[in-house]
Amino acid sequence: MKVRVDVMLKTGVLDPQGEAVRHALGSLGFGNVNAVRQGKVIELDLDTEDAAAAEAEATEMAEKLLANTVIESYAVKVLG
Amino acid sequence: MRAAVIVFPGSNCDRDMAVAFERAGADVRMVWHKDDHLPEGTDIVGVPGGFSFGDYLRCGAIAAKSPISRSIVAHAGRGGYVLGVCNGFQVLTETGLLPGALMRNSNLKFICKPVDLTVATASSAFTSAYRQGQNVTVPVAHHDGNYQLDEATLAQLEAEDRIAFRYVDNPNGSTADIAGVLSANRRVLGMMPHPERAIDPAHGGTDGVAMFRSLAEALVSA
Repeated sequence: MKVRVDVMLKTGVLDPQGEAVRHALGSLGFGNVNAVRQGKVIELDLDTEDAAAAEAEATEMAEKLLANTVIESYAVKVLG
Repeated sequence: MRAAVIVFPGSNCDRDMAVAFERAGADVRMVWHKDDHLPEGTDIVGVPGGFSFGDYLRCGAIAAKSPISRSIVAHAGRGGYVLGVCNGFQVLTETGLLPGALMRNSNLKFICKPVDLTVATASSAFTSAYRQGQNVTVPVAHHDGNYQLDEATLAQLEAEDRIAFRYVDNPNGSTADIAGVLSANRRVLGMMPHPERAIDPAHGGTDGVAMFRSLAEALVSA
């Protein structure tokens, strides 16, 4: 079962990389970009056919390793 | 003083840290990250700088899950001393032994230069040979040294006098100019600057010597 974990900096945490990307977009002429936030996508292929179990397991992985919950939030999505 | 210096794949300041401990009179053992226990009688664990596991996922995140890291957490839990420098500081925040997190430098640049620090507290086994308020010069070399923590935690650290060092001229965007922090029991120190790279005149400065001397005094008499 494939599961996707999106990891983003929490709202309110300054994202210097996103800000640098915003500046670069501006210099390409994209002047209407209010903000850019950069994150990570982690795709997992889990050895289970149970969507609820896959979601629970991926959530535990996110808590323990994939995200640093001091500064990052995460979202788990079972892709099937 | 018995010191154990941890070696992860990608550590590159492990030998410098071992030399700094040895010169202070320590018996030093190098410990590979796959070992699941520390040498008998270890007083202090040194978690060195470098790029453990290539900084994959987040700096220090993979190292914090290495077998030896459980032993480091247990050692700290027993009241043992731990010094984490640079990547070692990142590893200690990832294990939860120290609060906060280290993010990409606010100017997005790798910074490699000597910086001036203020000794914010002399009240610890790491800093007792310094004077509170003293300025020292110690090198930094990092891309992810931007120390971030929430306001409540910052207030707690300040109230408990747990900020060990502050940057005189903040190079990386760290909250409240923090360069190094102590655990609640004051026996775990994490800092981005490298005291082990300032212990010999050939390094360009010797302001790091006092840290290892402080530790030697505290841990010999212990």
